[in-house]
Amino acid sequence: MTRGIHHHMRGGSSKMPVNFKKSIGKLISFCRPYIPAILIAMVCAVASAVLTVIGPDKVSDLTGLIEEGFLSGIDFDAVLTICYTLIAFYAASWILGLTQGLVMTTVNQTVSKNLRRSISRKINRLPIDYYNRTSFGDVLSRITNDVDTISETLQRSIVQMVSAAALFIGCLVMMFRTNWIMAVTAIAASLIGFLFVSIVTKSSQKYFLARQEWLGRLNGHIEEVYSGHNIVRLYNAEKQQSGAFNKMNEKLYECNWKSQFLSGLMMPVMSFIGNFGYVAVCVVGAMLTMNGEIDFGVIIAFIIYVRLFSSPLSQIAQAMTSLQSTAAASERVFEFLEAQEMPDESNKTAVLENVRGEVEFDHVYFGYDSDKIIIHDFCEHIYPGQKVAIVGPTGAGKTTMVNLLMRFYDVTSGEIKIDGVPVSSLTRENVHDLFGMVLQDTWLFEGTIRDNVVYGKENISDEEVEKACRAVGMHHFIKTLPNGYDTVIDDKMNLSAGQKQLLTIARAMIENAPMIILDEATSSVDTRTEILIQKAMDRMTEGRTSFVIAHRLSTIRNADKILVMKDGNIIESGNHEELMAKGGFYADLYNSQFEKAS
Amino acid sequence: MIRIFRHLRTKEWCFVILSVLFIVAQVWLDLRLPEYMTEITELVQTEGSAMADIYSAGGKMLLCALGSLVTSIIVGFFAAQVAANLSKRLRREIFEKVESFSMEEISNFSTDSLITRSTNDITQIEMIVAMGLQLIVKAPIMAVMAIVKIQDKGTWQWSALTACAVVLLVSTILVIMLYAVPKFKRIQGLTDNLNRVSRENLTGLRVVRAYNAEAYQEEKFDKANEELTETHLKAQRAMQVMNPMMSLVMNGITLGIYWIGAYLIDAAGALDKLPLFSNMVVFSSYAMQVIMAFTMLTMIFIMLPRAAVSAKRIEEVLGTKPAILDGSASGETALRGEVEFRHVSFRYPDADEYVLHDISFTAHKGETVAFIGATGSGKSTIVNLVARFYDATEGEVLVDGVNVKDYRLHDLYNKLGYVPQRAVLFSGTVKSNVAFGENGKPPAEDEEIQAAVRTAQSADFVEKLEGGYDGAVAQGGANFSGGQKQRLSIARAICRRPEIYIFDDSFSALDYKTDRVLRSALKKETAGVTSLIVAQRIGTIKDADRIVVVDEGRAVGIGTHDELMASCEVYREIALSQLSKEELGA
Repeated sequence: MTRGIHHHMRGGSSKMPVNFKKSIGKLISFCRPYIPAILIAMVCAVASAVLTVIGPDKVSDLTGLIEEGFLSGIDFDAVLTICYTLIAFYAASWILGLTQGLVMTTVNQTVSKNLRRSISRKINRLPIDYYNRTSFGDVLSRITNDVDTISETLQRSIVQMVSAAALFIGCLVMMFRTNWIMAVTAIAASLIGFLFVSIVTKSSQKYFLARQEWLGRLNGHIEEVYSGHNIVRLYNAEKQQSGAFNKMNEKLYECNWKSQFLSGLMMPVMSFIGNFGYVAVCVVGAMLTMNGEIDFGVIIAFIIYVRLFSSPLSQIAQAMTSLQSTAAASERVFEFLEAQEMPDESNKTAVLENVRGEVEFDHVYFGYDSDKIIIHDFCEHIYPGQKVAIVGPTGAGKTTMVNLLMRFYDVTSGEIKIDGVPVSSLTRENVHDLFGMVLQDTWLFEGTIRDNVVYGKENISDEEVEKACRAVGMHHFIKTLPNGYDTVIDDKMNLSAGQKQLLTIARAMIENAPMIILDEATSSVDTRTEILIQKAMDRMTEGRTSFVIAHRLSTIRNADKILVMKDGNIIESGNHEELMAKGGFYADLYNSQFEKAS
Repeated sequence: MIRIFRHLRTKEWCFVILSVLFIVAQVWLDLRLPEYMTEITELVQTEGSAMADIYSAGGKMLLCALGSLVTSIIVGFFAAQVAANLSKRLRREIFEKVESFSMEEISNFSTDSLITRSTNDITQIEMIVAMGLQLIVKAPIMAVMAIVKIQDKGTWQWSALTACAVVLLVSTILVIMLYAVPKFKRIQGLTDNLNRVSRENLTGLRVVRAYNAEAYQEEKFDKANEELTETHLKAQRAMQVMNPMMSLVMNGITLGIYWIGAYLIDAAGALDKLPLFSNMVVFSSYAMQVIMAFTMLTMIFIMLPRAAVSAKRIEEVLGTKPAILDGSASGETALRGEVEFRHVSFRYPDADEYVLHDISFTAHKGETVAFIGATGSGKSTIVNLVARFYDATEGEVLVDGVNVKDYRLHDLYNKLGYVPQRAVLFSGTVKSNVAFGENGKPPAEDEEIQAAVRTAQSADFVEKLEGGYDGAVAQGGANFSGGQKQRLSIARAICRRPEIYIFDDSFSALDYKTDRVLRSALKKETAGVTSLIVAQRIGTIKDADRIVVVDEGRAVGIGTHDELMASCEVYREIALSQLSKEELGA
């Protein structure tokens, strides 16, 4: 367990060596409630395997009876008995097989569902920090690909292994019981085949892996060139890109045909081995028959045993490979599920309500890495209703401030206090309730406009939603939509960036929090919408303590306090006049907006 | 589906024909096997037959089996070759076709769809060719040949039983598949849905937490999860019927044949008993072959429609004619660095509304012309026409006095240095990205690349990179920030040493300061080069030689900043929304 976490803290990777036992163990303990059901499935599998093994024996009895009847007439009572027994066997084996399949499918899908649900719960319990080291794609791939792999391989491998083992042992016992010389012949013939098949599997596996890898690379290249098509064309780079493409395509082709060819060998080789076994059994059988040691029925039975015997061996081998991928996939899933969560806060009882909005930074130190402090001893007192602008060049770490205020990250040392109460004594939920937040990358989800504006808050009347949308100037537009507030926002619906921003402002208005965090969006919004957004934001900050990541000059100039950030650190603070008088970084930054390029 | 085989070459056709011959041989050999089995069985049964006869029959049977193995290896080789060659060729043809597409075709198909067509669809075809073709040829041959064999061996009772088994098995498979396949298709959609919900939660992580909306998101996830699991269960449960059913039929047919056989043998004359008995053993194995053949055929009919859809999707791409065609004029023009629009109007193909109305302006060598206006006003479309992403519907776009449609595309592109709004980088190194493509001149020297990177204000972070100029660029430039990517894509344009720069809103990802420093450096480095700049910020374009104000597709004002402040209402409105009066005066 600690290993998983340890790995993640270093930026988890999927290429770590798979610890087979540990991962499978974790999976089994996750499946605990379903173990009885799995056991039932296993019993069914074993029983059905036993029936499959006894069947041929009965068939051979049947042929024996027919043969004996050549001269004296067939004993139909005995024949019928055998036939009815066989019918009962086959029917039972059918029912057992079906039951096993249905039970395993149900267990499997339920386990997959639970795994997916656990992952989704986990997403919201991990610190934001975690996602700076793990890509979203990686998490998503755990929910879908890895869980799918587990469910697919589990379905086949566990039961297959048990039933194959039962079949294998059963066959062995029956063969030796019938005739040991024939048994040795059949085993020898099958083993040769098994060896051959395992060699082929191994080498084709190699090419399959290579094929997947080249396919992945080629797809990456195609994606890149198609989405950068304009640039490729305008820079006359078609030849260059085709060159790279052809190289990869050629490699892919090589692995492709080799893997196809080798895996295609499997079936013919298997059937040759089947035939080989047949001849071996017949020839040896014939010799024994002539010596009068066995009768013809034994040969018939062995013909079937040979077929039965060779399949469990390769099935066990297959199940082992599937289990390997189950282990790899479950290692990735459990690594995520066991990653360190945010500290538990159920013991915190302090609740802050009806705040005035006084915020104090008291000797705050902070670094994303505890050994790389970027904010040193930051002290600042913000009074209720003040407007704080955070400025700095791109990449200066303006969102760090948002992260600390919202407690997405905790300060390394020092305290942030709201109305004199240290935020570390409050639950995160409580802190979140104190702030309304509008971020630059507008986040809307697929759902109705109303759902997006209300967003999880309860007891919000339609009037309040309308009021908020009217306040941001979206009401009229929403009314023109075919379903009004119930219109579903999705890819097909073309909301402009500005309209999306306005909706997120409306959402923040509904939340009606005593303090506000705003990230001003300026780019890619047309002038008229920008004026609307400005007005809406100004209305929101009225009478509230507000923190604004400022892009607009007007915001900067009339802010009560300006925090200037550079390279992650707060390097200057004060109001506009003070900072301009200082003639430092801020003054330089501010003036650069008006200078002509020279 | 058939049309896709046009892409096979003579060599592969030979492989295909040879494969068919070998398959026939293989099936013939496979079906000989039971005959030897009969022979061996009879020999074993007959009193006093010599061991030598058994050896020779066994030897012949092994030879047959070996022959069948060899032929199937050969067929497997041919099939793998044909499939891999076909997929390689199709992939290349599609790739090159897409490279020749203009914006119009790309947006008609959508990039995502083109990617799927170049990858998944081709894999589908490859699979059907590698596995399916063998089966398609083999299954009918096997069925026919096995039936012929059975005819003189069997009695009508056995044949009827076999026919019943075939009908039973085929109809079971069909029913299951007809039920399950649509479910599997739905599963694809539901998985996408689950992905979407999870992605939503991940991308909105901060918002979700800020609004304490975790439970709300989880509820949504549970709904999607439940639906996916339900569908999975339905489809998978149906599939579980298949295997037990198959073994039931296979076992049942053997039992049935023997059971009926017992009565037939009992009723037969003394001399007929033994041949009938061995026929019975043989018949049961032939019956198995027939059933297998029909099972294979059913599977193919299930696989085929999917491959046919893929084939159609591939053909659609290959059959599309690019709208933007090469002209014949070379780039050797008397004029240099001049762009002129003469009464240009434009609407998208199939659209009724014009995006641009009657635009006219000229940019002379060394001048900077800027375009400003609201989103959707058409300002980017203007520069897109210069780069021939689309062709003007009416009027003429001239570069260096020649209509852009008349140029050989390569020669036109060599004159242009285009920087898109959304920076695009390619996996490789910083160097390979900056010296991207060809410009009709010798490849850029290291000094030129470094100079371009310096001008684009990227030297600081590039030199800090592990490997410096040879430092790795991940796919899509994922290891650089938005501003860094934008600066590198500007460096790429500079390194090209074009006559005309086109900046399509390329500066908005930069902060004000970097924006200004970069443009100053650019101005110094590229004196005498014409620039077309699309911008959002007044600050970026204030000092342009000419500013074209675009509003709803019309040029509502052309002039310098000061002229437009005095005369153009739209321009003033934009300016005032960004800067206060005194700042504008500053």
